[in-house]
Amino acid sequence: MQSRRELIKFAAGAGLGSLAPALALAQFRVEISGVGATQLPVAIARFKDEDKTNQVLSAIIRADLERSGVFRGQDVSTVIDETALPVMPEWRARAVDALVTGSVTRLMDGRLDVRFKLWDVVKGSEIGGQSTAVVAADLRLAAHRIADYIYEKLTGDKGIFATRMAYVTKGGGRYTLRVADADGEGGQVALNSPEPIISPAWSPDGRELAYVSFELQKAVVYAQDVMTGKRRQIANFRGSNSAPAWSLDGMGLAVTLSRDGGSQLFAIGRNGENPRRLATSPGIDTEPAYAPDGRLYFVSDRGGSPKIYRMPGGGGNAERVTFIGGYNISPAVSADGRYLAFISQQGSAFRLMLLDLIAGGAPRVLTDTADDESPSFAPNGKLLVYASRVQGRDVLMTTTLDGKIKARLLSSTADVREPVWGPYGR
Amino acid sequence: MIQSHRFALTASLAALSLLLGGCASSVKLDEPAPVESRTPGAAGGSGGAGGMGAAGGAGGAVGQSGVASVDLSKAGGASMNASLQRVVYFDFDSYVVKDEFRSVVEANAKMLAADRTRKMSIEGHTDERGGREYNLALGQKRAEAVSRSMALLGANESQLEAVSFGKERPAANGSDESAWAKNRRAELNGR
Repeated sequence: MQSRRELIKFAAGAGLGSLAPALALAQFRVEISGVGATQLPVAIARFKDEDKTNQVLSAIIRADLERSGVFRGQDVSTVIDETALPVMPEWRARAVDALVTGSVTRLMDGRLDVRFKLWDVVKGSEIGGQSTAVVAADLRLAAHRIADYIYEKLTGDKGIFATRMAYVTKGGGRYTLRVADADGEGGQVALNSPEPIISPAWSPDGRELAYVSFELQKAVVYAQDVMTGKRRQIANFRGSNSAPAWSLDGMGLAVTLSRDGGSQLFAIGRNGENPRRLATSPGIDTEPAYAPDGRLYFVSDRGGSPKIYRMPGGGGNAERVTFIGGYNISPAVSADGRYLAFISQQGSAFRLMLLDLIAGGAPRVLTDTADDESPSFAPNGKLLVYASRVQGRDVLMTTTLDGKIKARLLSSTADVREPVWGPYGR
Repeated sequence: MIQSHRFALTASLAALSLLLGGCASSVKLDEPAPVESRTPGAAGGSGGAGGMGAAGGAGGAVGQSGVASVDLSKAGGASMNASLQRVVYFDFDSYVVKDEFRSVVEANAKMLAADRTRKMSIEGHTDERGGREYNLALGQKRAEAVSRSMALLGANESQLEAVSFGKERPAANGSDESAWAKNRRAELNGR
C-alpha cells in the first residue's frame, strides 16, 4: 500500500481547479477547498443503471473519497459495469491510479443488488469487488460502504464513510436533531422541538443519542434510542443539566449539573441513577469528554479563564492541558488518544485547534474562520467535523488533521450546528 | 403534553415493528452474492423502468438507515415567555448585579417574601460569543448571582430556581455590542 501511495505525488495546486466544476455536477454539492500534498487519483465510473435509482452511487463514492483528503477524483462520463474489462492503457493515459466500476440491479423482492470492482490501473489488475443487496433506503449506505472498501484497500486505514453523524438544524423557530450519513446527507429527524437542543452525544454502540433539550424551559439531559425514538431523562435536577458525555463502556455519562451551585462535573448512570460528583471547583467545570485511556478531559475556569484540563475518569487530581492564551473550550480526543481538538479564542475569533498529546509542542490552528464550534473526530481519527459560520449562516465543515482539505457539508441547508460523529457500526 | 408524547411513542413503536420486518430481509453487505429473500419487505413491487429505488422512505422496509422521529411541537411545554416580569442586565464577562438593577431584584425578592407560595425561575443568558456549553455555564453563573441576591433580600431559596439558556435564546439578534448588551441578562419569571 505504502509504495502505491508514494507512486503518485501531486504538486500542490494541481488538483483543485479541475475538480470544482465536476463537483458542481454532483447530485449533492461538496465544496472542497485546499490541496493535500499527496492525493491518489481515482476514477469512479458511472455504475450501470445507477440513474434508475434515487441516488447517484458513483458521485457519493467520489465525494466521500475526496473529502478524506487522500484521493482526487477524476471526471468519468462513461458507464462501466463490474463485468467489463477496462482498457488499462486508456486509464493509464488519464493518469488514473485506481478505477472503480459497478452496477445496480433491482432484485425480484424489490431490493437493489449493488456490485462493484476496484482496479489497480498501474498494475492492470483487479484489487477486489463486492456484491450487496440493500433496500432502497440503504442505497446511500451501500455507496458509503463501497467508499470504505476502496479507502481501506488503498490506504490501509479503516474508512468512516458508512458511519453516521448527528447535528441540530435551526429554522422557522424550530430546532431539529437529525441523524445523517457521515457526509451530512440523508438526514432523518430524531427530535423536533420548538425549544433549543444542544450537545448531542452518541453512545459508544451508536444506538442512542444523549442531548440537552430546553423543552421544559431549562436545560435537561435526555437519552433517546435512535431506532425507536424512545426517550428518557438522564438528568433533571434543580438548576441546569448539560454537557452529556458517555463513558467508554456506555454504562454511564459524565454531565454538568448546577444542582449544588455552580456548574460542576458529575458521573451518572445510563438511566440517571447514582449521580456522583467528580470534581469540586470554585468556578465553572464543564464540557467533559472521555479519552480512550479513560481519562476525562474538561473545561474549567479554575485558573481564571477557561482552559482544558484532564483528570482520572472517576475524579481526582486535575492537570492543565492547554496553555495558550484566552479562552480554550470544547475538547475532543481522537480514538487513538493522540490528538486533542479544541476551540480557542484568537483575538475576536474562535478557531479550531489541534494539539498532539504525544509529541507535545504548540497546538496548530486548523482554520481561518472566526466562529468555529463543537469539534468531533471521525472514529478513525483522520477527519474532524466542526460547526462554523460562513456568510452569516451556521454551517458544518470537515477538515483533515493537517487542515489542508476542508469540505462544507450540507451547503444547501439553513443553519446547522452541534455536529457529532458517530462510532463505527449502526 | 404527556398524552401527545405517548401518542408519538405509540407511532414510533408501530414504525419499529415495520422496521423489524424489514430487518429480517436485509442482507450482510460483506457476503459475496445476493440471495433470494423469503420476506419481500421492500415496497414498490415489480418496478418498471425508472421506478427503481423510488419507494425509499415510503414505509415498508427500512433497513439499517432507519431513524424514528419524535415531534415535541404539540407537546406544548409550559412557556413562561408571556409572564416575563423583570430583566437584569450585565456587563461583558461579568456576573455582578449592578446597583441600577438592585431595585428590580429587591422588588421581586419582597414579592416572594410576602407570598411564600410564589416561585420564580431566574434565567441567565449570554451574548452569542463563544461555545454553547460554556455560555450555558456563564448564564448559570448570572442566574445564581441574582438568585443569591434575592435570597439575601428575603426570598426563600426553595422559591427560587436559577437556570440558564446560555446563548440559545437571545433577546436581540445581531452581532454588535448593542445586541450583545441586551442579551447579557437574567430574566425573572414567575411560575
